[in-house]
Amino acid sequence: MKTSMRTYYMYLFLFLMAATIFIPLYVSILGGFKTVGELRTNALGLPTEWNFDNYISILINNKFWLYLWNSVIYAVGTTFFVLLFSSMTAFVFAHVKFAGNKFLYNYFLLGLLFPFATAILPLFLRVRDFGLLGTSWAVILPQIAFGLGFAIILFRGFFKQMPNEIFDAAFVDGCSYTQFYFRFTLPLSTPILATVSVITLTGSWNNYLLPLIMINNESLYSWPMGIMVFRGEYFTDWSKILAYVSLTLIPAVVFFLILQKYIIAGLTGGAVKE
Amino acid sequence: MKSPKFDALLSKYSTLVIFLIPALTVFTLFVVLPIGEAAYYSFFRWNGYGDPEKFVGFKNYSYLFKNRVFIMSLKNNFYIIALSLFVQLPFALLVALMIADKIKGATFFRTIFFLPYILAEIVTGLIWAYIYDGNYGLVASIWGFLGMNPPFMLGDKDLALIAILIVIFWKYFGIHMMIYIAGLQAISKEVLEAAKVDGAGPFTTAWRIKIPILLPTIRLSVFISILGSLQLFDIIMPLTGGGPSNVTHSMVTYLYYFGVMRMKYGFGSAVGVVIFLICFLIAITYQKTLMKDD
Repeated sequence: MKTSMRTYYMYLFLFLMAATIFIPLYVSILGGFKTVGELRTNALGLPTEWNFDNYISILINNKFWLYLWNSVIYAVGTTFFVLLFSSMTAFVFAHVKFAGNKFLYNYFLLGLLFPFATAILPLFLRVRDFGLLGTSWAVILPQIAFGLGFAIILFRGFFKQMPNEIFDAAFVDGCSYTQFYFRFTLPLSTPILATVSVITLTGSWNNYLLPLIMINNESLYSWPMGIMVFRGEYFTDWSKILAYVSLTLIPAVVFFLILQKYIIAGLTGGAVKE
Repeated sequence: MKSPKFDALLSKYSTLVIFLIPALTVFTLFVVLPIGEAAYYSFFRWNGYGDPEKFVGFKNYSYLFKNRVFIMSLKNNFYIIALSLFVQLPFALLVALMIADKIKGATFFRTIFFLPYILAEIVTGLIWAYIYDGNYGLVASIWGFLGMNPPFMLGDKDLALIAILIVIFWKYFGIHMMIYIAGLQAISKEVLEAAKVDGAGPFTTAWRIKIPILLPTIRLSVFISILGSLQLFDIIMPLTGGGPSNVTHSMVTYLYYFGVMRMKYGFGSAVGVVIFLICFLIAITYQKTLMKDD
């Protein structure tokens, strides 16, 4: 009897929480189909008339696609180099004994304590002095640099757990480190490659501060910058803004539902395993 | 067939060079050096062109700590930390304890609670800017339904920060819950079975067994949460952009508006250094005291 009351209250609490979390998303997605007037009178209900104009006007806008494409370039470029550089570095930390191994590993770990904001002004100057302003590298290079630390930790942890016997056997057979890295380490590391990719992709995809500092040329805007410009243009024309928001929100949710396993492994794995 | 010793050594060192150089170069150029440069620039008045020449000593810093808006932004950052530690994390722990076991609907709740975390901060901010809008937003509809005049929460000096805190709770509560769930699921079944056999109820088990085992995870999530709170930027921009009357700045939005936008490279760097020092001090004290056993 006591237990069932407890269960009842627990579910009541969980459902209230779920509603609080879900309602803002729900009203935003529906809001794009309503007129501004209806937003005021009918915020929670279904639209009286499904109005697709807001969505269509955004979807036929070239800028929308340009900003998305730019963000794809930033995300894919960053992820490719983070995977390559950090797995190579972690491979050395995990398998090659040399003086300074521990020291260099700690050097990269220290980077995790460096707040990105502290570096932005000098970063901007460096990118400018390298002549990279106005190119995608202005966003990609700093993102790679700041993504390395955490990726190296995750890779090193994974490589260390791989059975040493494979490595010893291959080495006796005259396999070089480089061959071993490409022939054994990488193919056996798909779970961790997926995890690091997902973390890096989403980090880059959602990043606002860095492109905001680095990019002043509209043709290179990332989508978060684009959506803020859109907001500036339409200000309180919320049905248009909510349509834009939904168009970027739905792919993120789908991406998450498909790759949930890797996302959660990546986000919690580093925290739980020590 | 074994390679001669010399070849092996050569191969080892060429591997080291080839494998380490790319990451080391990028990391040093774009992470480590900029932090050092920020410290150096912070002693100059400089617009970023030519070499920094106008040395001003600690003037940027002394101005900063006399500046009302900066002090306010520092306070806001600490309010955000307080909210995270005393409201968000306990809530996340409570929910994690409820749905870490395979109860009915656990997966459903987990997914819903985690959803806000995967949205971009900018999108989160825009959604809530709509919710809070005094003319068209959800809050306005609810107030209207009750027959009252809706507040403009983001435009009200007394309410704007609270409005932001609510959004932060909404967005980040799920990730901490997930971290706790992962920690709880790693607790060995035997321990929990033993407790059950000894007649421990759910509250006793949670308080005496689960939470103590989870402590290292909790300490880590507190740490992540503090460092994250100190660097808050994206989410504030679409909500208030630091307004109204500059009362909702975080240190990073302050750095953006008063350093980057005004091209004050020396002054902006000083703000960056303060952020760095606070993060660093917290990290060091934390590791020396609370996390020394982990």
